[in-house]
Amino acid sequence: MLDFPRWKQVFYWLITALICCAALPSLVSVAGYNWPASLPNPKINLGLDLAGGSHLLLEASADQVVAQRLEAKEEELRNAFKKAGNVQFGDISNRGGVISFIVGNTAQVDAVRDIVDKQETGSQRNWTFAVQDTTRIVLTPTKESANEAVSRAMETAIEVVRKRIDALGTREPTIIRQGADRIVVQVPGLKDPSSLKALLGQTAKLEFKLVDELASATDIAQGIAPPGDEIVPYAEAGMPPIAVKRLGGIKGDRLTDAKQGYNQNNIPVVNISFDTQGGEQFARLTTENTGKRFAIILDGKVLSAPTINTPIIGGSAEISGSFTVESANQLAISLRSGALPVDLKVVEERTVGPDLGADSINKGMIAMGVGTGLVVLFMALVYGRFGLYANAALVINVLMILGVMSVMSTTLTLPGIAGFVLTIGAAVDANVLINERIREERKRGRRVFQSVELGYKEASRAIFDANITNVIAAALMFAFGSGPIKGFAVVLVIGIVTSVFTAVTMTRMWVAGWLRRTRPNDINI
Amino acid sequence: MKLLKLVPDDTNIHFLKWRLPFFIVSGLLMIASWALVFTHGLNMGVDFVGGQMIRVTFTQSATAPVAQLREEIAKLGYGEPIIQTFGAENAVSVRLRLPEGSDKNAGLADAMAKKVSAAIRAAHQDARVDGVDSVSGKVSKELGWTAFQALGLASIAISIYIWYRFEWQFGIGALFALVHDVSLTMGLFAVTQMEFDLTIVAAILTIIGYSLNDTIVVYDRIRENLKKFRKMPLPELLDLSVNETLSRTVMTSGMMLITLVALLLFGPKVIFGFTAAITLGIFVGTYSSVYMSAPILVWLRVTSGSFVPTETALERQERLAREGALP
Repeated sequence: MLDFPRWKQVFYWLITALICCAALPSLVSVAGYNWPASLPNPKINLGLDLAGGSHLLLEASADQVVAQRLEAKEEELRNAFKKAGNVQFGDISNRGGVISFIVGNTAQVDAVRDIVDKQETGSQRNWTFAVQDTTRIVLTPTKESANEAVSRAMETAIEVVRKRIDALGTREPTIIRQGADRIVVQVPGLKDPSSLKALLGQTAKLEFKLVDELASATDIAQGIAPPGDEIVPYAEAGMPPIAVKRLGGIKGDRLTDAKQGYNQNNIPVVNISFDTQGGEQFARLTTENTGKRFAIILDGKVLSAPTINTPIIGGSAEISGSFTVESANQLAISLRSGALPVDLKVVEERTVGPDLGADSINKGMIAMGVGTGLVVLFMALVYGRFGLYANAALVINVLMILGVMSVMSTTLTLPGIAGFVLTIGAAVDANVLINERIREERKRGRRVFQSVELGYKEASRAIFDANITNVIAAALMFAFGSGPIKGFAVVLVIGIVTSVFTAVTMTRMWVAGWLRRTRPNDINI
Repeated sequence: MKLLKLVPDDTNIHFLKWRLPFFIVSGLLMIASWALVFTHGLNMGVDFVGGQMIRVTFTQSATAPVAQLREEIAKLGYGEPIIQTFGAENAVSVRLRLPEGSDKNAGLADAMAKKVSAAIRAAHQDARVDGVDSVSGKVSKELGWTAFQALGLASIAISIYIWYRFEWQFGIGALFALVHDVSLTMGLFAVTQMEFDLTIVAAILTIIGYSLNDTIVVYDRIRENLKKFRKMPLPELLDLSVNETLSRTVMTSGMMLITLVALLLFGPKVIFGFTAAITLGIFVGTYSSVYMSAPILVWLRVTSGSFVPTETALERQERLAREGALP
């Protein structure tokens, strides 16, 4: 146990030095100096509870993705049947999570089956095909394809969210997916998340649809849409809903740019530019319908319904509504970053002011200083030279924890600081166990070398078992815990590993070196 | 230099003599804790019941005007707020239910936070809003469930590990001590009505880890002594093991308490509840490893045979021959 060949000593010191070096940038910046930019810069990130900022948990509605998919499939089928020309279908619906319709006769069932099969392009089936009562066809999305659709929608959503947050100009946001249908957004330093939330709460699905001037106002008021129309409410309160043509409109996904501007009356508007294809579509729509009104619809609500005075062929247009400069700007950002494929809802929000965070860091540091100081003093008083070894191990342990955290770029949170302080308390336990055991063996009359050897050997068993149980607890905290629990568990695990190394291996090396050099007949412990 | 000895060398306290009365007291305390948890209830934070929490510090005052705040906020029409100081006398957390319909319209919760913060700032010049937490009902249910899972699984996994390393009696003993510690901590939160949130779950997990650390050290010594002193009666052997490890127990618990008291006195006030929970846990955990996990071994009839490998046929022959040779 007490035999340390030269190469082993060099190896241990090298590891220690390397890991401790990694803590340097963090320490230098805490002390208020700048770390030279030319050197590698691994750093511990401060969690939002320490740095201040906002944490948002957004949830996408998976049902909406499914519904959109069913709608798109219905549209695709309608077009395919029209093109094929040999299928008569009716009573089509996409409610209840399936597409269901009746065809004219059993021969057409096979024709439909062919069409559906042809639409299946991937390696696995997206829709299962079933026939009920000989002529009713039911298409059900397969589970895998539904999950994949949600997954794709989430990927797009994350991209859009990122673009929108970048547009706000905030620094270093963290945007990660959590589980199947959630996104975590963390923005350090953001004091008031309301503008961020307004931005993310906007799906920004823009549509241009023709207003049906013939629809009767009483029908609309009763919510009865004329055939081929849909009723859309106004975004502005107090305006009656209007009826618009369901088909033949333009979607707003063909934009190349959107900017906040002012119209001739100096009222805030959003100026948009279409890409070539969108510009052509828009030109055609406005040429064919000059003199009529078209509705600008955002997320299912009418912003405005201006009359087309002259065809708009330049590929750019102006969206008016009752905007303030801020809301026009927000809409412009949302349109530029594209529409969210699915609505996002804020289900959890945490904001920490910067003062509290700074306060926590300071107090955490003081507590750590006082705690460590007292522990170091006690260890020296109780175990003498062996206590000093333990103290040196403790200091190295602290540096190593910081170093490992820097290299892994872990986030230090407030519970993390508590975990840190606790690790210091627990790290000395290993040395207490060892030193007590050496005392005991000496009391039993064993010689110095043998006592130290036995002390390390017998204590190691309990140290090992105790640390394994702590790792088990920490691993489960990490796996199941959220937020604060995770931050705590990370520091705990790192601390357990480094403390075993420093408190057991390093002190043993030092004690062995000292014993070999001086060969004492008695030790003061 | 004369070194400090916290526990005199030839200490021999008969811990196990009092095992029954202490066991009964512990049992009663556990029952009382749970009774309190169920009658008084825990003061659940927004993490577990959903709602909004606003943290405010009154930078120029020594104490926060809690009663006045309650009145001012109740006037806003969002229902009766729960207002509590935490850590320091001049820092409060204000908790409110999320307004009706806020699961559909996130703006409602936002508006509430703004209105409440504005009202507090208007009435108190020195109020500093330190943070706002909003947790929806759905998320809070999940947080509660995952926290419960983490606690349950950690307890079971650790007990299984101890069973594997020692014997089944030790696994049960450790599990029992662990239930005891968690129960009393819950009792503390039921009595003091300190806020019970996610960080407290982390605290309980730490207590579990620490208490087991202690239990394992004692168990390790029991295992060693069981092999060494095959004929010693169990209560005596347990006493010996506890006494032999006593100075270590005192020293380590002392060190932990030093760091924890430093955290309590000088540390960030936001984690006051967390630190308080662990501090209690150190006392309870140290006690339980002596008075819960050790005596259980007596009742579960641990014998030295538990750690001695079973005899092979050859060894049996040899033993019989040896014994036969003796007069």
